[in-house]
Amino acid sequence: MQARVRALETILTEKGLVDPQALDRIVDAFERKIGPRNGARIVARAWSDSAFRARLLADATEAANSMGFSSPVGAHLIAVENTPETHNLVVCTLCSCYPWEVLGLPPVWYKSAPYRSRAVIEPRAVLAEFGVALPPDTRIRVWDSTAETRFLVIPMRPPGTQGWSEERLAALVTRDSMIGTGLAKRP
Amino acid sequence: MSSSDVEFSGMPRDEQGPVFGEPWEAQSFAMALALHRAGIFQWTEWAAMLAEEIRRAQAAGDPDTGATYYRHWQATLERMIVAKGLSNSQTIDRYGSAWAHAALRTPHGMPIELAPEDL
Repeated sequence: MQARVRALETILTEKGLVDPQALDRIVDAFERKIGPRNGARIVARAWSDSAFRARLLADATEAANSMGFSSPVGAHLIAVENTPETHNLVVCTLCSCYPWEVLGLPPVWYKSAPYRSRAVIEPRAVLAEFGVALPPDTRIRVWDSTAETRFLVIPMRPPGTQGWSEERLAALVTRDSMIGTGLAKRP
Repeated sequence: MSSSDVEFSGMPRDEQGPVFGEPWEAQSFAMALALHRAGIFQWTEWAAMLAEEIRRAQAAGDPDTGATYYRHWQATLERMIVAKGLSNSQTIDRYGSAWAHAALRTPHGMPIELAPEDL
C-alpha cells in the first residue's frame, strides 16, 4: 500500500497538482491542531454563554468559524443539543462523514459497518454498549451525516459545575459526548 | 486509554492510538484533501465514490471494521484520479511497482528514493 501511495504522490507532484510540503502541513494539522479539543471549547462556551449557545444552535458553521474552526471541505455544521427529553446520536451510514474541524478524524469504530448500521436500527442497544444508559422516556434522535452536513452534539452540562471557567468545563467534554455515544464527564 | 489522556495530550487519538495507523494513511488522506482544494473534485463526489468503494469491498468480503478504511480511501483516490483524467491505471501500476522495487533495493534504515532504473 505504501508503494501505491508513493506512486500517486510522485505522479501528482510531477504534474504540479500536489506539493509534498503542503501534504505535510495537512497531516501535521490533523495530527496536532485539529481534534476533539476544538469541539470541547465550543461546547464549554455554549454552556457558559447563552448568547453563544443561541448562535451555535442557529448557525453552527458560523459559530465554529468565529472560534477559528472551519471545515476543510466546506461542509455545514449543525449543532444538536441534548436535553432530558432528547438524546442525539451521530452516524454516517454510508461512509464516515464527520465534523473534522471540531472533532478531528473519526475513531475506528465510527467507520465500522456494525456502528454504521446498528446506530440507526437499535440506537439504545448501541448506547448501552458504550455504557450509556438513558431514562426509558428519553427520545433518541439519530442524525445521519453527509458530505455536506455534519453534526456536533452538545451534551448536557453536568450538575455541580456552576461558576466553572470555560477551560475547566471543556475538560469534561469528551469526544464521544460530542458524537452522542457518551455523556459529559461528571466533576 | 482514557479520554482524560486525550485531553491532556491535546492530540486527536482514539483507542487505537494515533489518528493515522501508518504514514501512508496520512499521505493518502492528505492527497485527497489537496486535490479537493485544487478544485479537482467536489467533496460530495468524493463521499459518493468512497461510499461505493466501501460497499464494493464489503461485498467482496472485507470485514469493514474500520481498520481497512484507508485502503478504501486509497482505492477511491486512485479511481478519482483516473476518473478526472489526471493519470491512468497503467501509469499508477508502473509507479507502484517502481516504488516497490526501490524499497527492495534500499538498505534498511536508508530513505527510499525513486531512481530511473526503478521505472
